[in-house]
Amino acid sequence: MIVENDGYVLEMSGIIKEFPGVKALDNMSIKVRPGTVHVLVGENGAGKSTLMKVLSGAYSIDAGRIVFNGRELHDQNTADALNAGISMIHQELSPIRDMTIAENVFLGREPMKMRGFFIDFDALYRNTRDLFGHLGIKYDPGAKMRTLSVAGMQLVEIAKAISRDASLIIMDEPTSALTENEVEVLFRQIAELKTRGVAIIYITHKMDEIFTIADEITVIRDGEWIASGPAADFDQERLVSLMVGRTITDIFPKQTVPVGREVLRVENLGGKGFEGVSFSVRAGEIVGLAGLVGAGRTEIARAVFGLDAPSSGKVFIDGEEVAIRRVRDSIRRGVAMISEDRKEEGLVLQRSVRENVSLVYLGQFVSGPLIDGAAERRRVEELIETLRVKVASMDAEVSTLSGGNQQKVVIAKWILGDVKVLILDEPTRGIDIGAKSEIHRLMGNLAARGMALIMISSELPEILGMSDRIVVMHEGKKKGELVRRDATPEAIMHMAVS
Amino acid sequence: MSSEENELTASGRYVRAGWRQRIDYRTITMLAVLLLLWLGFTAFTSEYFSDLSGSFITARNLSNLTRAMAIVGIMGCGMVLVIVTGGIDLSVGTVAGFIGCAAAAMQVWWEWSTPPIIVVCLAIGAVIGALQGTIIAYVGIAAFIVTLGGQLVFRGGILFITKGMTIAPMRESFKYFGNAYLSATWGWILAVAAVLGLLAKELRQRAARRRYNTLDEPSGFMLARWAAYAAIIVVAIVVLNRYRGLPIPVLIMLVLMLVFTLIAEKTTFGRKIYAIGGNIAAARYSGIAVKRNLAVVYALNGLLAAVAGLILTARLNAGPTSAANMNMELDAIAAAVIGGTSMSGGVGKVAGAILGAMIMASIDNGMSMMNLMPAWQFLVKGMILVAAVWFDMRTQGRKRA
Repeated sequence: MIVENDGYVLEMSGIIKEFPGVKALDNMSIKVRPGTVHVLVGENGAGKSTLMKVLSGAYSIDAGRIVFNGRELHDQNTADALNAGISMIHQELSPIRDMTIAENVFLGREPMKMRGFFIDFDALYRNTRDLFGHLGIKYDPGAKMRTLSVAGMQLVEIAKAISRDASLIIMDEPTSALTENEVEVLFRQIAELKTRGVAIIYITHKMDEIFTIADEITVIRDGEWIASGPAADFDQERLVSLMVGRTITDIFPKQTVPVGREVLRVENLGGKGFEGVSFSVRAGEIVGLAGLVGAGRTEIARAVFGLDAPSSGKVFIDGEEVAIRRVRDSIRRGVAMISEDRKEEGLVLQRSVRENVSLVYLGQFVSGPLIDGAAERRRVEELIETLRVKVASMDAEVSTLSGGNQQKVVIAKWILGDVKVLILDEPTRGIDIGAKSEIHRLMGNLAARGMALIMISSELPEILGMSDRIVVMHEGKKKGELVRRDATPEAIMHMAVS
Repeated sequence: MSSEENELTASGRYVRAGWRQRIDYRTITMLAVLLLLWLGFTAFTSEYFSDLSGSFITARNLSNLTRAMAIVGIMGCGMVLVIVTGGIDLSVGTVAGFIGCAAAAMQVWWEWSTPPIIVVCLAIGAVIGALQGTIIAYVGIAAFIVTLGGQLVFRGGILFITKGMTIAPMRESFKYFGNAYLSATWGWILAVAAVLGLLAKELRQRAARRRYNTLDEPSGFMLARWAAYAAIIVVAIVVLNRYRGLPIPVLIMLVLMLVFTLIAEKTTFGRKIYAIGGNIAAARYSGIAVKRNLAVVYALNGLLAAVAGLILTARLNAGPTSAANMNMELDAIAAAVIGGTSMSGGVGKVAGAILGAMIMASIDNGMSMMNLMPAWQFLVKGMILVAAVWFDMRTQGRKRA
């Protein structure tokens, strides 16, 4: 079907995408002109990635219209999207490292010879050489992909997109792994693409980048279109308020808890992805670690928990300096961590609820050489009842539970022992609203019992609603600290983006 | 019990129907398969039940069958633990042969008495296993490679010791472990002790659960379970006593099965093994010493290989030079897998390997009694192995390698 295109290469309008229990995109729209860079901005979880997955064909939509190059796209899959001229360069590149550069560029569409039985390698390398010469890329097409830097791989991805005659290239945080020089190389390539009339949708969190590269900007929040316009119409102030400008409707069951003595103090801690970070947590306190994805929050938590060795700095527990080298050390000292990925790092899915809950502090049930099964059952059942885990039996496989109940099992595992400091990394990610507020209430109860909590969250309302104090991180450094009454979405966002 | 009881109440109250989750349908299915196999073999070897003497179901044949499965059963106990961690041990067959030959050399050439040989050989087995486990866990070379290397090394080891010669004969005190039988009286004493012990365990568990208010199982179900086990034990001892009694290698296998079941299910070490195999990242987040525990698993497996090797030597009354070509490790792996152990780790039961070994021994025994070519045994065992995994995938909706 041919549709009037009004000078846009892409028009998405009224897009609705629902997942069970969540509306990921609600009446989302975006219009992109050829030869421009259109920056898409929004908080973590605003729906940017979902929108792009819809466009590249990974997700189908529940309602709405996508018009690309004057043609309406229906339920396209990724291959159709590529044929239509849309290319996506993912945040995490996935090249086949042991193939040559040329083999990667033409992967899945190799030139053939002998009636299509054999790959025509001469043509493969000749085409790649021509392409690279055209684009001014100086890599040897016969070199192995693994010899390239991340920026190099990104350039190859761009070349691949161009060789497919893409008229729209989506770049999802392309600079997150690049050095400054590499960023310049990338920006030059983008300028070059613009002169060829290629449109680029560019997703980023970085304010300086937005204003360097954007021709137009669209702001998305909670899956909805908020604002669009030429980059000149926006400044940082306005962007931030558009990104976060929401009335906080979620009710957080924050209890007032008397704050006790300091339990954990981190001084000048440095490691992979962060440096010079200092903060402290007191008994009964919930400290929120805010920041954009990749700001180094999880890395700090991993270091404090003993998963990665810090390269500098000190950790004090109860005022005493401790050397934490292994997870066992931190557990012995009363530090526990609930990782952001329950299924990958928190649970043994094919084992029972009981075995998962008692995994860490199983020693307390041992009498003689064997586990006292009845004593174990009693404690696990108590915990299941206190935490209100919805499960038919403690002998059910954990994999059969819902996300919220799985998270309760992970929390139960640590309550079984004598934990002083509990680090929660994105404790409510992927959990439905009801279970979410239960987890929040639970966190409040733990604080009331004198536990010190550190909560990493990418959801501003959660950070604002649950934290007594908020530590804001930006690119591996602590940007500042806010107490509860001074914390506003704007204040946090300003610190987090620059 | 109605299905509503398994559903959740609106308030999310914890509903007690846990005993249903504990019914082991897989074991029941395996027992049924075994029973069918036996029925079939009996039919084909007795002219359709017209002449049972000389058929599959005679006491003498069943006694031989259990003796034949003992070595694979013993190896299977350790193999379950290894596979549960997500690993594999391809070396146990030739390690058993190596240790068996070493034991023969100690007795025949060096004239050692039996007890020190046993102690030294068990130690050698544990050390070999620990060494391989250390390379796997701490150096990080894949278990498949390390133990394949071990298999070749100890194949060579057998030739080093024997130089191709047969080392024989063993003393009576040594042969005892491969060929002797427990007297009928002792067999009965053990059987009664086992039946009463099981009842005591069930009752103690019930009492403890009642005390802790976690009792959720109807008493009838418990009694039925106990009666089923008791019946199996009593029938087994009656049949075995009608021939010569409980074979010593089978007794050793049963004791090891009990010990390794306790290790797997009732010790913190066992729980850690399942966690490591189920999700190594979650195990690390839980502060489990992954490497150390892995090394210990391979050490235990080496220890069991030594037990198997000693029994093999005792049975053959000579150093088992042929062990290098018997592929016992593959039989042990097959026994574990048929017994429900998942190659992707985290799932498996020790007793399952014993059942698996029994199914395979039954096929060997039954088909040779039917005077079929040995080719058929391999064919059928291979198909049963693959079918068992397929069955698990179908019923559990879970991917298995």
